Amino acid sequence: MTRPAPIDFVRNAEAALANPALHASVRRAMVRFRELQRAVIGEVPDWQDLREYAHRVKMHTLAHLDRYLEQLEAAVTAAGGRVHWARDAGEARRIIVDLVRSHGGRAVVKSKSMTSEEIELNEALQTAGCRVVETDLGEYLLQLAGDRPAHLIAPAVHRSRDDIARLLARHLGVPVYDDPRDLTQVAREALRRAFLGAEVGITGVNFAVAETGTLVIVENEGNARLTTTLPPVHIALMGLEKVVPRLADLAVFLTLLPRAATGQRMSSYVSLVTGPRRAGEADGPDQLHLVILDNGRSSIAADPVMAEALACIRCGACLDVCPVFERTAGHAYGSVYSGPIGAVITPLLRGLDVAGRLPFASSLCGACGEICPVRIDLPRLLLELRARVVGGGGARLTERAFVRGWTAVMAHPSRLRVAGRLARWVLRVLWRGRLPVPFPLSAWTRVRDLPPPPPAAFRDLWNTSRRKETGP
Amino acid sequence: MTGDPARPARAALWVTCLVDQLFPQVGEAAAAVLRRAGVDVDVPPGQTCCGQIAFNDGFWPEAARLARKFLDDFADAPAVVAPSASCATMVREFYPLLLRDDPPTAARARALAGRTYELTEFLVDRVGVTDLGARFPHRVAYHPSCHALRGLRLRDQPRRLLGAVRDLELRELAGAEECCGFGGMFAVTFAALSGSMLQAKLAAVEASGAEVVTSTDCSCLMHLAGGLSRRGSPVRAVHIAEILAAR
Repeated sequence: MTRPAPIDFVRNAEAALANPALHASVRRAMVRFRELQRAVIGEVPDWQDLREYAHRVKMHTLAHLDRYLEQLEAAVTAAGGRVHWARDAGEARRIIVDLVRSHGGRAVVKSKSMTSEEIELNEALQTAGCRVVETDLGEYLLQLAGDRPAHLIAPAVHRSRDDIARLLARHLGVPVYDDPRDLTQVAREALRRAFLGAEVGITGVNFAVAETGTLVIVENEGNARLTTTLPPVHIALMGLEKVVPRLADLAVFLTLLPRAATGQRMSSYVSLVTGPRRAGEADGPDQLHLVILDNGRSSIAADPVMAEALACIRCGACLDVCPVFERTAGHAYGSVYSGPIGAVITPLLRGLDVAGRLPFASSLCGACGEICPVRIDLPRLLLELRARVVGGGGARLTERAFVRGWTAVMAHPSRLRVAGRLARWVLRVLWRGRLPVPFPLSAWTRVRDLPPPPPAAFRDLWNTSRRKETGP
Repeated sequence: MTGDPARPARAALWVTCLVDQLFPQVGEAAAAVLRRAGVDVDVPPGQTCCGQIAFNDGFWPEAARLARKFLDDFADAPAVVAPSASCATMVREFYPLLLRDDPPTAARARALAGRTYELTEFLVDRVGVTDLGARFPHRVAYHPSCHALRGLRLRDQPRRLLGAVRDLELRELAGAEECCGFGGMFAVTFAALSGSMLQAKLAAVEASGAEVVTSTDCSCLMHLAGGLSRRGSPVRAVHIAEILAAR
């Protein structure tokens, strides 16, 4: 098998920046999210304590994953469900395809799940002859367009309303509507038909409660509720880090998640699914299958420096506040996980050789770490990953030469004195404008001018003035 | 607060390499402001660079070498004061992380971190002054650097100092908490992104009606000034120490 090509974030970002409409529409959505988040986070007086609590619960769970996952398996089984373990994406795809086939299933509805994007489940199901319909509105539109999500919770954020109207008109044979309500109604009618004919429903999982075997699914459109109740078979797919110990922990996580994700106090639909339909119950599937995916997660959990990355509850808040994400949207990250958390998780899941440049694609402004509702120290993780990339020989030669030279100069004030004089002389020459600005300074002058050269360094001026003050 | 026994009488000025080599007037202003606040200023002559640029770019062994040197250079300082929130954040937040495999040195770093300050923070919180007798008759927009906002979590120290400057009219920046796009090596390795962030910040600066944009950090200001110059804007970028030293 050939190694996948490295993700070229610089090129992807430049391509995104060449499309100012993309930045404008993503920024509009991100600013709206930020305003909503600020309002509902501000009204929780103990927000910082809740973040800390959630962080500790997650870190505790990650430190005892084996215990909680076994407890989860036992509880799901006791509630009448079946648990399947998938070591990697391929195994997860095989398990799910086999489950769908063994039920004679051809018609599958899905609610939004980034984990299913991670394992490229739709492609596998379609290859196996199934008809898969994404039922989250944004995901449905992207599926029609043959596109991929550009944001963890607002998947179609990179597409304009016009774009969506034309897309629906082309695929569903309806007029090009302008009113978003008409657009939603058209999609709703198509999706209802898919729900009613579906044999299998596939969902993700926001939280899986170990003590009760309860799967928690948070959404706003009611499509996940229908996916878990209408088809006779429900398959839930979760990354193994989604387990939480107790039902009571949800009180905290369900306070944090909607506020950080969509700026809501509570999401419109929170489904707590414990086993399939029992005798005497009106709703629910005949069968419930839970697929628990590793796909690199257990090695992250075993890495004391990086384990924190698995505390993520996929709210997308770090994307919303990120000045880089705002300008590139998700596709530039070459992965389903984008923004600051994507720049951390993608290298960990897919390797530094593939995604090693992503942690550098940040000005380290710290906005992500400040907003994260489970207090993941994202700037620190970005820094740690940078150190691993460089330590593993992944630095570019120009950077290595620059930093080596810098360190050698800065190790001795006498060298700094000489190098500083040289640098100011170069700056003076360049300021006269007779020479082209050489690499790597040319990267600076691509978008801005050089600073004017001062006559001397502070250390020289200070010594001169001190001599004058204390002089002979 | 002049009678406060904890009020520091001496401080070591940590000029920072950028100010030392490219913005010496900022170092002189910082020294002048400290003296005016009644603090005797030392400038440890061996100081060079804290290593942040290497650390942020992933070169931790190189950064650790400079961190050890920094700890030696400032070992005897009663307080270390820098005209840079970014450099102060490096020592306060990141030295213990950088040096975690060397516990004795990490302990020294933590001790030094406890007496390392950004200039405005030192003046307001430790010395207890806000009015330094400065006069600066201009419309000024304050750009809070990311390291001031989220690194050191400075509150309103810079604004309080600016508020006491005579004839200074403070203008607010829209989206003030958004990064200006400097980010050290980010400014050159991701020049297009950095440039886009810069343009957004400059648009906010120009919309504010300010004649001067100021900050606690010369790194942001060098980037903003470079962008203003490229745009042919009449707005100037001036470090907060220079404003506080102006008469």
